[in-house]
Amino acid sequence: MAQVSMTVNGKTVSGEVEGRTLLAEFLREGLNLTGTHIGCDTSQCGACVVHVNGEAVKSCTMFAMEADGADVGTIEGQANADGSLNVIQQAFQDHHGLQCGFCTPGMVMSAAALLKENPKPSEAEVRTYLEGNICRCTGYHNIVKAIMAASGQDVSAIAAE
Amino acid sequence: MSVAKPLPHDAARLHVTGQARYVDDIPLPQGTLHLAFGVSRIARGQIKAMTLEEVKTAPGVVAVLTADDLPFANDVSPSVHDEPLLSDGPVHYMGQPLFVVAATSHRAARMAARLGNITYIEETPILTIEDALAADARFEDGPRVYEKGRVDAALTQAPHRLQGRIEMGGQEHFYLEGQAALALPQEGGDMVVQSSTQHPTEIQHKVAEALGVPMHAVRVEIRRMGGGFGGKESQGNALAVACAVVAAQSGRPCKMRYDRDDDMIITGKRHDFRIDYDVGYDAQGRILGIDFTHYTRCGWAQDLSLPVADRAMLHADNAYLLPAARITSHRLRTNMQSATAFRGFGGPQGMLGIERVMDHVAHALGRDGAEVRRINYYAAMTESADASGGGIFDPKKQPTLSTEDLASRGAVRASSGSGGSARFGGAYSAVPEDAENTTPYSMPVTDFILHEMTDQLLDTADYDRRKADLARWNAQNETLKKGIAFSPVKFGISFTLTHLNQAGALVHVYQDGSIHLNHGGTEMGQGLFQKVAQVAAARFGVNVAAVKITATDTGKVPNTSATAASSGSDLNGMAVQAACSTIRDRIAACLAELHGCSVEEVVFDGGDVRVGGVQMSFAKAVQTAYENRVSLSATGFYKTPDVAWDRIAGKGRPFFYFAYGAAVSEVVIDTRTGENRLLRVDLLHDAGASLNPALDIGQIEGGFVQGAGWLTTEELVWDDTGRLRTHAPSTYKIPACSDRPAVFNVALWNAANPARTVYRSKAVGEPPFMLGISAHLALADACSACGPHFPDLQAPATAEEVLRAVGRARG
Ligand code: FES
Ligand code: FES
Repeated sequence: MAQVSMTVNGKTVSGEVEGRTLLAEFLREGLNLTGTHIGCDTSQCGACVVHVNGEAVKSCTMFAMEADGADVGTIEGQANADGSLNVIQQAFQDHHGLQCGFCTPGMVMSAAALLKENPKPSEAEVRTYLEGNICRCTGYHNIVKAIMAASGQDVSAIAAE
Repeated sequence: MSVAKPLPHDAARLHVTGQARYVDDIPLPQGTLHLAFGVSRIARGQIKAMTLEEVKTAPGVVAVLTADDLPFANDVSPSVHDEPLLSDGPVHYMGQPLFVVAATSHRAARMAARLGNITYIEETPILTIEDALAADARFEDGPRVYEKGRVDAALTQAPHRLQGRIEMGGQEHFYLEGQAALALPQEGGDMVVQSSTQHPTEIQHKVAEALGVPMHAVRVEIRRMGGGFGGKESQGNALAVACAVVAAQSGRPCKMRYDRDDDMIITGKRHDFRIDYDVGYDAQGRILGIDFTHYTRCGWAQDLSLPVADRAMLHADNAYLLPAARITSHRLRTNMQSATAFRGFGGPQGMLGIERVMDHVAHALGRDGAEVRRINYYAAMTESADASGGGIFDPKKQPTLSTEDLASRGAVRASSGSGGSARFGGAYSAVPEDAENTTPYSMPVTDFILHEMTDQLLDTADYDRRKADLARWNAQNETLKKGIAFSPVKFGISFTLTHLNQAGALVHVYQDGSIHLNHGGTEMGQGLFQKVAQVAAARFGVNVAAVKITATDTGKVPNTSATAASSGSDLNGMAVQAACSTIRDRIAACLAELHGCSVEEVVFDGGDVRVGGVQMSFAKAVQTAYENRVSLSATGFYKTPDVAWDRIAGKGRPFFYFAYGAAVSEVVIDTRTGENRLLRVDLLHDAGASLNPALDIGQIEGGFVQGAGWLTTEELVWDDTGRLRTHAPSTYKIPACSDRPAVFNVALWNAANPARTVYRSKAVGEPPFMLGISAHLALADACSACGPHFPDLQAPATAEEVLRAVGRARG
């Protein structure tokens, strides 16, 4: 067991972990931040995406100890300070970018990383970027639309509600 | 009014903020144990010896149970008690649970589960259709046969005739949230179970059997699933039962969740099918007679295979009037995961069979596929199409099913084959065999709207012009070829096991005017809860925000059917409407009396209640009713009228109504590699008078993509030892974001359902899945452009299969 400490959603946290404890486990079981989901356990579905020092990371692929001292952001920390939804969250709600919602936290976190890198992505860029995020429910259409809308682009041309 | 509004999913806010809770997210009480199964490493044989010392002494392990340690029923089957939770000797598939480990952490349990030392007496597994036929390994005593007209005569007399075969693979559900359950022991031997399940009553029933307690001692709750698609209709039984048994023995809460690999190795998938056909037709392409043979590999246990195979037979006609038809269905027992429910429940497989025939006939005649399809359509809806006005079936007392699980779709009797003894829901009145516009199972089709829908879709999709453009484009391009295809969907709505077509609801109105809503349906992302809440809000004339949606709970609404067969909002919406109407009418009666007016003069609208000349808030009206000692709590109940079905004879009215859809897909293939892409998709789908157009369109988009995935990239591979080789997303390819078509037009055919459903809406969960068939047909069309021969494209049309089909087209 070893001690780790990191900043999660702006708060300093610390805990005891084994060398093999994954960041996802630490967040979910150690900190009760269960919005980070486990969909595949093998780094393929993207349900567990969080931000580590501003980069999108699949937290089932990173050891908690690797995040020692890092600045970690999870879905629970995405809303605005006053509790209102941020622009990406709002767009997922308004454009029906979710059904069962299990992929949603990872999608929102990936989308945030994309828009930071590329504030006005094309539809094709959104789709390529989300290659590592699986959604089994929506067929992706409304997810892409939500992200386009969140980037301030007109989505009326993207057919179908 | 709150219905028909495109409101977002009720839990959207919780999802985007990470607060929505799934079973795996529930905070665990101190001392909770985590469970994992030790599974078989062979596909068929007997356990010779099981040495579990190493498992028991592994770090963190608290208990290890085998079949001998189970106090009561060792069974998790939803049908005929043929599915032991833990093997009692025989091994039926690779991945079968043999023992269960309880440990202090999920990882400790999984690691220990690998340490079992098991020796087997191996037997040769039955894996292929040929193996199973040779061994006569099947469910039921022989094939089921449904027949209409004089098939052999029709075939011999037809001017044209051809034969063919299509093989179609199964499909992994890949619900993004894996199976999970949590059992919390209570005082006096009671058990509370949180289960990611579409069928809480089934879980309750199996847990009660396993604990040797009445159903009243078990309460099952589920707020939401992270996807279900049929994979959580029966496949959650094993986890819930294991957790409950260990919890009862240890007195500690127990939790189990399958890791993705375990989930794919242990649980059942969509049934794969081989369909052989022999069809007689005329020069226009009109089908005169057809003989289908379905072969399906059901895996090792019966599960829901009989109704799945039945539904495949019931959709062998899809949208086409078949004057003479025979459908023979073999349900084969193989040493693989037990195939189970998956969106469409056999319907897609049956439908792909006839769609392939349409293509084959069109190719043989050199005619357009859309044209041949239209020629074969059922006749259009007649004006007296109120589907609930039929009344040709007499209700009949249910037979007693002592050994079966009544609340499960698996509760179909393995038949005597006589047809007389195993009727469900009522006798049928025979329809004359030459009756016009009837299905091969003698149900008149009275609500057929595909003629108009097809006109509209082919027009908006610009089918004719694009088809001509494609032909020119293909003539100029050698390496890449494009294809386009139209396909319709007619899907029957109702549980074919008639008595499952019932639902209950429980509604409370509190003194402040807030409303507590509960019903038997489960939420798996489809938006059922929101739709039903919209119905409740509409009844009380309030905003949907006044309605609190609560977790499905067997302690609130008992004896529920699975949320399956697309029936969720049809059944539960009606039950909720009934409960709300009861309360509303009580309030109205109270106010009418106080204000000296008639009940009809009490109006609930816009969050207010108007009575006589007075207007008050809904909350004020409720408070007044409370003070006048009016009960503000009610149950509601609904049963679908007019359905009755004899699955042995293959006659009757299994469906309350049909839901329709139509699709045009365009693809491009690389003839050197078989790689392919969807370029454009146009969908027109019938959701009746939609309860929520946004949620319905979401179902249509998601259903299409999932259906197209089934028929293109999603390939399940078992090796010849029976090992599933595609047990993770690394090898099993479900559609990704970049796979979706560049142009994706989706529209609702917004017309009221002639059947008396809730606000005249139609079920929308499963039907759009089958719109994905158009993608497969478009790929076949592209292959056809490579040469003069029929490409005979099989499914899934992986790149390899497309390449083979290109070769076949070239000859
Ligand atoms: S759980 Fe991390 S990528 Fe799937
Ligand atoms: S909404 Fe269910 S997986 Fe994306």
